[in-house]
Amino acid sequence: MAPAQNPVLPFDDALKSCGLFPLTAEGVSILQVNLGRRCNQSCEHCHVDAGPGRREMMSDGVMEKVLSLLARENFSALDLTGGAPELHPRFRELVSRAVSMGRSVFDRCNLTVLFEPGMEDLPAFFVRHRVAVYASLPYYRREETDAVRGRGTFDKSVRALELLNAHGYGMEGTGLELHLVHNPAGAFFPAPQAALEAQFKVELEKKHRVFFNRLFTITNMPIARFDSFLQKSGNREAYLTRLAGAFNPAAAKGVMCRNMISVSWDGHLYDCDFNQMAGLKVNHGAPDRLDDWSRKLLERREIMTAIHCYGCTAGSGSSCGGETAP
Amino acid sequence: MDTYYNPDDLGKFGDMGKESPELWNAFMKYYAKVFEAGALSEREKALIALAVAHAVQCPYCIDAYTRASLEKGSNREQMTEAIHVAVALRGGASLVHGVQMRNTAEKISF
Ligand code: SF4
Ligand code: SF4
Repeated sequence: MAPAQNPVLPFDDALKSCGLFPLTAEGVSILQVNLGRRCNQSCEHCHVDAGPGRREMMSDGVMEKVLSLLARENFSALDLTGGAPELHPRFRELVSRAVSMGRSVFDRCNLTVLFEPGMEDLPAFFVRHRVAVYASLPYYRREETDAVRGRGTFDKSVRALELLNAHGYGMEGTGLELHLVHNPAGAFFPAPQAALEAQFKVELEKKHRVFFNRLFTITNMPIARFDSFLQKSGNREAYLTRLAGAFNPAAAKGVMCRNMISVSWDGHLYDCDFNQMAGLKVNHGAPDRLDDWSRKLLERREIMTAIHCYGCTAGSGSSCGGETAP
Repeated sequence: MDTYYNPDDLGKFGDMGKESPELWNAFMKYYAKVFEAGALSEREKALIALAVAHAVQCPYCIDAYTRASLEKGSNREQMTEAIHVAVALRGGASLVHGVQMRNTAEKISF
């Protein structure tokens, strides 16, 4: 397929129109680490092109560098992602060592991974380390969820939520955080977060007796597998045009890259996980390898932008923590 | 023009403001207000609009409110039920006029 042309203005022009160019970081509070591309699923919207066949995983050498960085630098949270981060053989070690250093840990969990061989202990492990679980669930119905994540995923996800609830996750008074992450099942934007959270709560409780704390909505990003879908289905131009048309300066101000760094499985530094998949390393004079880490240069770095950044700035904004300008 | 309805024409809707901007602006202000959450949620209003779009059979509105309904968090089951409400009303409205047929037939028959 020929490389797709972009029908919209460069993202930097949109930033210029509201005085936000160049977009710069304001700190590095969250360390997001992508442990590799291996996943037990192969979702339609996956911006990582993850799947069971992927072999890219963080090596022992890079893992040690991550641990040493965590030991010497302060971060408000360690945010683990993938693929399915839990499938990394040193996942548990990384979590427990980070926790013993006093770091909070978030796990971006696809739920079904809890039923993979060797994962039986995960819920109890999460409880012991008080890991905050950010679980993907595209929708509260089987039809939409399975359309995005494959047949049988919804039922398995509900069983995983039951299991987590049984361990106290998402239940009042336990302090064990279980958040759901929603992606639209196609080339359209997510519903307003608060209203959708209310719907999810009512429906999941009524039909399945499962509970969670918060729902976060994420806009599908025009990269990797979702971008191929946009191209194949003839939706790319319209989707990008709508994303750009919904550019919201308040959301642009609050984009997550201004406060985080994303480390890839091979030890490179990126402004976010999306730039990682687009192959856009940190630049503009800031170091792009864990080996050359410099908080001073990274926390005021200029961010590498591209057309997919419109996915973070449309409407109420979108980030790994949901809306940024509700 | 190959067809009376062209998807690109939806993007030209704003051209309707060219000859009488005052009426257009008043209409758009009203339109936006109507769809704000009030006693009904934005999601419910989008579903009503989707049903009405089918009743008035406007392809532009069907396009717009299919998307709007999905983007307000509705699913296809809810959207299909909303359309059935429009269908029921349209069918019922035709059928109830059968009473006029009966009245007329009554009047002109032995
Ligand atoms: S979206 Fe998440 S669960 Fe799905 S394939 Fe990608 S990494 Fe795996
Ligand atoms: S895609 Fe990444 S770099 Fe671009 S605005 Fe979003 S978080 Fe920032």
